[in-house]
Amino acid sequence: MAARRGDTLLFERMPVIASHAAVGGKKEGEGPLAAEFDELFPDNNCGQANWETAEKILQLRAARLCLKKAHATEKQVSLVLAGDLQAQCTASSYALRELHLPFVGLFGACSTMAEALGLGAALCSAGLADGLLAMTSSHFCAAERQFRTPLSYGAVRTPTAQWTATAAGCCLLHPAGQGVGIAAATFGRVEDYQIKDINNMGAAMAPAAAATLLRYLHDTGQESKDFDAIYTGDLGHLGSRLFREILTAEGLVMKNHIDCGSILYDAARQNVKSGGSGPGCCAAVLCGHILPRLERGSYRRVLFIATGALMSQTTFLQKESIPAIAHLVELRGPECTVRG
Amino acid sequence: MQYFWAFVVGGLICVVGQLLIDLTALTPARVLTGYVVAGVVLSAIGWYAPLAEFAGCGATVPLLGFGHLLAKGVKTAIEEEGAIGILTGGLTAAAAGITTSLVCGVVCSWVGKSHDQN
Amino acid sequence: MKLKPREYARRVQRASPPSPLGKDCLWAFFVGGGICLLGEVLRQWYLAKGLEWELAGTLTSCTLVALSALFTTLGLYQKLAAKAGAGSLVPITGFANAVVSAAIEFKTEGRVLGTGAKMFTIAGPVIVYGTLAAVVYGVVLWGMGAMV
Repeated sequence: MAARRGDTLLFERMPVIASHAAVGGKKEGEGPLAAEFDELFPDNNCGQANWETAEKILQLRAARLCLKKAHATEKQVSLVLAGDLQAQCTASSYALRELHLPFVGLFGACSTMAEALGLGAALCSAGLADGLLAMTSSHFCAAERQFRTPLSYGAVRTPTAQWTATAAGCCLLHPAGQGVGIAAATFGRVEDYQIKDINNMGAAMAPAAAATLLRYLHDTGQESKDFDAIYTGDLGHLGSRLFREILTAEGLVMKNHIDCGSILYDAARQNVKSGGSGPGCCAAVLCGHILPRLERGSYRRVLFIATGALMSQTTFLQKESIPAIAHLVELRGPECTVRG
Repeated sequence: MQYFWAFVVGGLICVVGQLLIDLTALTPARVLTGYVVAGVVLSAIGWYAPLAEFAGCGATVPLLGFGHLLAKGVKTAIEEEGAIGILTGGLTAAAAGITTSLVCGVVCSWVGKSHDQN
Repeated sequence: MKLKPREYARRVQRASPPSPLGKDCLWAFFVGGGICLLGEVLRQWYLAKGLEWELAGTLTSCTLVALSALFTTLGLYQKLAAKAGAGSLVPITGFANAVVSAAIEFKTEGRVLGTGAKMFTIAGPVIVYGTLAAVVYGVVLWGMGAMV
């Protein structure tokens, strides 16, 4: 049974993340979280002729590793919810062309992983899916050539710019059983605080993350200190600072906030400016870093808030401001999956 | 001395471009477009030719010099051919640079591949 | 939330680290100056070879474009530009880099609609507005001549 309170869905019998896999590229393999990935590609072309196909390979590997770790086969998957940044979600579509499973393509920019987990949990909880894959990816080169400039073009990154992660993460959901529980999900609303600088996505997304967190806390009556950690998706160093500032102004001092985009790379050494971004960034950090900690028991309760900037190249050139969204899922360690 | 001034003037023109990028909201593409148009204007009012004389490549290699080249081409063509020079002068003068870029682009696309920045 | 867009803009402004102006300008100065110096060396060499003034200038530009194309193809121009900023953007080598990098990048979309159609996506505006400005100048110049 599930209940809705405000914007938040509460799952009485928690769907579980039975298995998960994170794959990454070269820079991710040189970063602080390298040891936590299930597989790292030493070359970002993943043996393919172009970057778009390389991103498809990231998703395929993530999906297959995730199933392998669960000792499951593709036959046991009833639905795949997947998304990416490529125009028309093609990395996911082409990966699913090979997997040939029931597929719903999602787009929430960098918030897609939480969107997929929230929807997946709702479907599982309602008994409409068993063996559901939630998966997202991003590829630095594919994103760069689509949204910015050719890769060999000499462009300078501003200090507020973020680095699109070359990574994918995949989770296998079941309505019940062993694994990290999804206790609740809050789907965010589109927030727009009139940021127009396409090189400052963290600033555009921070208010959305804060708004979704506040709405979740209000809906559930919880406090931020009830959680071992509150992870945001890819606000980066600047966006994280703004996120905490906004919450402080709302009377909420955050001591347990961690940003996936800020921990994926060593900003000083790896020259990524404000940190990582992309749907693959928080998906890989979730699958490689957060979920194992919940399974081991070093975390008991965690909030995962993935944030997305929802503009396009066209709206940006038309001088529109950047709308942003944040979706939240509440995760619980395997021993606390009974609501209490 | 010619070398010294080419270095200093060229360097300073680039510093102005850097200041425009860092201090204003102008994107690099706009700065470049602005530079070429500014080059045409500076050449039209007669300021750029003396600078090119003085600094050599320090003035002609930056994109301001591309604007100067276009303006100079139009001026010469009008003097030699009359009104049709308005249409033929600019690109005729710039033809070598543009065509070399174009040919290099196509040839390099045969041999080169997209380089990962990671 | 109590937050208002205008107040947020101020917060963002305050929190955003500025570009390291001094460092950026030094890089721009030395790399930009260096490319111009290289041009001057080439030009003097062409002049010493006995070429006339105009031709030496034209060949200098063509040589710089070709060198930039080579470094772009090797993936090295981008590495320099990541530090040099306007120093590698403003010289004609930056123009060539824009053309060649796009030509290479979009070859996966085909020779005609990839390379052919997209090679001037970045450099195109420079030609468009430069030529337009030159035409305006030509009209003014011709008009003044006709009036005299």
